[in-house]
Amino acid sequence: MENNHSTKQIWIVFLILLILTGIEVGLGIFKPVSYQALKWTFIILTLVKAYYIIAYFMHVKHERRNFIFTLAFPAFILIPYLLFILLTEAGDLI
Amino acid sequence: MSTISKESNVWGGGSKPFDASYGKMMMWFFLLTDALTFSGFLGAYGFCRFKYSESWPLAEHVFTHFPGIKGDQPLLYVALMTFILIMSSVTMVLAVHHGKLMNKNKVAIWMFLTIIGGAIFLGSQAWEWMHFIHGTHDGSIQLADGSVAKVINSGEKIMGKTYDYEILRIGAEKYITEKDLISNLKENSKKIYGANMIVNEYGLPQFANFFFFITGFHGFHVFSGVILNIIIFINILFGTYERRGHYEMVEKVGLYWHFVDLVWVFVFTFFYLI
Repeated sequence: MENNHSTKQIWIVFLILLILTGIEVGLGIFKPVSYQALKWTFIILTLVKAYYIIAYFMHVKHERRNFIFTLAFPAFILIPYLLFILLTEAGDLI
Repeated sequence: MSTISKESNVWGGGSKPFDASYGKMMMWFFLLTDALTFSGFLGAYGFCRFKYSESWPLAEHVFTHFPGIKGDQPLLYVALMTFILIMSSVTMVLAVHHGKLMNKNKVAIWMFLTIIGGAIFLGSQAWEWMHFIHGTHDGSIQLADGSVAKVINSGEKIMGKTYDYEILRIGAEKYITEKDLISNLKENSKKIYGANMIVNEYGLPQFANFFFFITGFHGFHVFSGVILNIIIFINILFGTYERRGHYEMVEKVGLYWHFVDLVWVFVFTFFYLI
């Protein structure tokens, strides 16, 4: 019972990742909207995919909360900080 | 008595405040630092991509090959590579899953499929590199000022118009259509083919440098992941983890493998889509 349940979840996550990648590729080939809109769509879809990989495939969802925070805080503070500086200097954000 | 004092003194050692083994925790900390490294690389890429956006090549103009199909197939091959890597991530989760159930044969099968997926991905990447290095049949011309222009054949539809003579495209979408200017520019130019660290027929050489460095660094991760997977696979066959009583090594190497997949998801978006 437990066994079937978790294998099913793995395949559901796989299906989600596959569909999101398919949407990305379709948007990339046909470009139905403006570049800015596409760019943010890609970024959001990528972050959703990353969430599913980290939470389900890497099992973070089932780790202890203090462990999740230990991993998440450095990433969520340092990476946006670095990207903010680099992209501001590149002239893309402003 | 001794167990009680151990539990009450969490920081005295011997307890697990994260409820994760030492090895797994350290794998996670390594992956966190690796994630910061990759965000540094991709951030630097983003900096150059938007700083020089007018002469930055578009990936869809660069990676257009698909084995067995003639003509331009933008994104298709890299989509296949992404699919292969996600698939091998799934087989890895299933290996970890059956490891928890102490199901030796099934762990071995899923682990084997993961190794195959990784090997196919590496082969695909080598193929992509080969095409990038060799370049197109027609190549490009490097103008006197160092910028790279693609010659567009007559009759091709460009921004809703067709020209009955060859025109030039600089960067992603800057077109030169004046006849005199074109012949003037062509006279002082030289032909270049393919991409390396110095010239890049698709545009700025920095694009090629970033491509080689980021996909190369990621490819090296995939390569070392495949090696680790093979070592674990051999251990599974020898029954090492059966004797040990748990398959945690599969879980640890699985974390690394998923991380490689995770990085590819970002490389795919920022290198090929944006």
